[in-house]
Amino acid sequence: MSAISETSVRESALWLAFRRNRLSWVGLALLTVIVCAAVFAPLLAPYDPLEQHIIHRLQPPSAEFWLGTDTYGRDVLSRLIYGARVSLVVGFVAIVIAMVVGSAIGILSGFIGGVFDRVVMSFLDVMLSFPTLLLGLMIAAMLGASFENLVIAIAITEIAPFARVARAPTIALKQRDFIEAGRAMGFSRPRLMGLHIFPNMVSEVVVMGSMWMASAIRTEASLSFIGLGVPPPTPTWGSMIREGFENILDSWWLAIFPSLAILLTVLALNILGDALRDAIDPKTRAE
Amino acid sequence: MIQFVIRRILLAIPTLLLMLTVVFVLVRLVPGDAAIAILGDQASAESLAAMRSQLGLDQPIHVQYLDFLAKAATGDFGQSLSTGRGVLQEVATVLPYTLELTAAALVIGAMVGIPLGTYAALNRNLWPDYFSRVLSLVGLSFPAFVSGILMLLAFAVQLRWFPVIGSGGDGLWDHLRNLALPALNLGLIMTAYITRVTRSSMLGVLNEDYIRTARAKGVRPGRLIRRHALRNALIPVVTIVGLYFGTLIGNSVLTEIVFSRPGLGRLILGALNARDYTLLQGLMVVFATFVILVNMLTDIAYGLVDPRVKYN
Repeated sequence: MSAISETSVRESALWLAFRRNRLSWVGLALLTVIVCAAVFAPLLAPYDPLEQHIIHRLQPPSAEFWLGTDTYGRDVLSRLIYGARVSLVVGFVAIVIAMVVGSAIGILSGFIGGVFDRVVMSFLDVMLSFPTLLLGLMIAAMLGASFENLVIAIAITEIAPFARVARAPTIALKQRDFIEAGRAMGFSRPRLMGLHIFPNMVSEVVVMGSMWMASAIRTEASLSFIGLGVPPPTPTWGSMIREGFENILDSWWLAIFPSLAILLTVLALNILGDALRDAIDPKTRAE
Repeated sequence: MIQFVIRRILLAIPTLLLMLTVVFVLVRLVPGDAAIAILGDQASAESLAAMRSQLGLDQPIHVQYLDFLAKAATGDFGQSLSTGRGVLQEVATVLPYTLELTAAALVIGAMVGIPLGTYAALNRNLWPDYFSRVLSLVGLSFPAFVSGILMLLAFAVQLRWFPVIGSGGDGLWDHLRNLALPALNLGLIMTAYITRVTRSSMLGVLNEDYIRTARAKGVRPGRLIRRHALRNALIPVVTIVGLYFGTLIGNSVLTEIVFSRPGLGRLILGALNARDYTLLQGLMVVFATFVILVNMLTDIAYGLVDPRVKYN
């Protein structure tokens, strides 16, 4: 790039991500469509997602039911649109919880250091050694199937990576002069950690958040598919695929549309996360 | 050297101990208690009491904990509540199927991913690079059960190349036919991952001074890539793939469920449906132990392969 001006160096990571990576526009467009579907579900859905059109059971896609109907005669398109709500809300809330709790643990551990840090780190290593899906599955199974428990289960699986991301910059930051100055001025430790260290790593943590939201949504879908998701009749993509899977030999439309919906959502988040990470990573930014 | 290996092995022991503790605590966080969770809240007081004493829940918590650790040390994770067989025995019966599947997926991933990632890195910002990047992003976005169902729809239901449900044949041909789709499914995700890691690792290596030196010295391009660049680029790939092992297990569980293959995935699903908490608890321990051991082995392998790693 020849025309690097003074202002372009100071461009925000967000803008950089979109200017440098055309693919990220595709990701943004996809995600916008999905978020709009979730937000305006009552306006967009042609039918009530729970309404059973018993005489139209298991109909293939038609002019009346664009994506067909399921075993109870419910409209697949409407369920798909409402299903976006569950995936996005569960993914988002779980990640925000994991982000807040994880960063707090990471900052605390890095700031205090010493034995405390070592103990916390070994706990995090152990948490990371449980396969995400199995840990989520175990916790969701023990707590019982409900919306809140699902969010908690997924949040717990994602805490350890956030703590690791927050810990490394904390250790570097706490030796900097401005923290030393704050200490000399008698600022309390929570104030130093919350107002002086945390703001310096927000971008890293948020970028990681957008990447892990993809993984949280994948976990939610997987748990729903196994039967540990938000209980019926609430439409979720994972449970729709589960029902479709049971009828896979004669009703292909039941499984294929929610499958594509999950794939596109996770793909959109992965594309955006990738672009954002490239933008804040000094190694790739310098090119 | 030997000291380094021994140290690394010893380091895994506190991790294993802590892991057992975490599993112990997790299982005891069940609202109410495990006996109610297993028998349902309609169960009579006597049957609940009997279940509690069978699970050792009537003992004080520290006795339960020490008992759990002592038994775990001898490989005893209790009996499955539904079949009455030992947890390790249950795992050992189905483990070969899962190992076969993951090994096949790793082979596919390495055979396609390493060349593809290398090719992408060598053609940086040209169309092969874009193509492989988009492809690996798509591959990484698939929840394993989604790709599995799409494959099942395409190759088994529409094209009828493969059986939808594993056929019962014992011959080698039937065996491979049953393995093909699940292995391809898991291998696809593995390929996406390995391609991505190989590409970025290769890009890092290609910028190194020793590559420039070798090039200046007149090493032929093919040899330069294979001997000088790829060998070094693969070291981090091995580590990162090792770290990916936990996700690989999760994906193989989902793959086994979709393709109705026997294996750890079906065992877990069965344990869930039967509310078999001892089996679930044992499976958590077994899986986490696997991950910890694989991490240990990759660390040691890294030390063996890369002479720059300090042994102390």
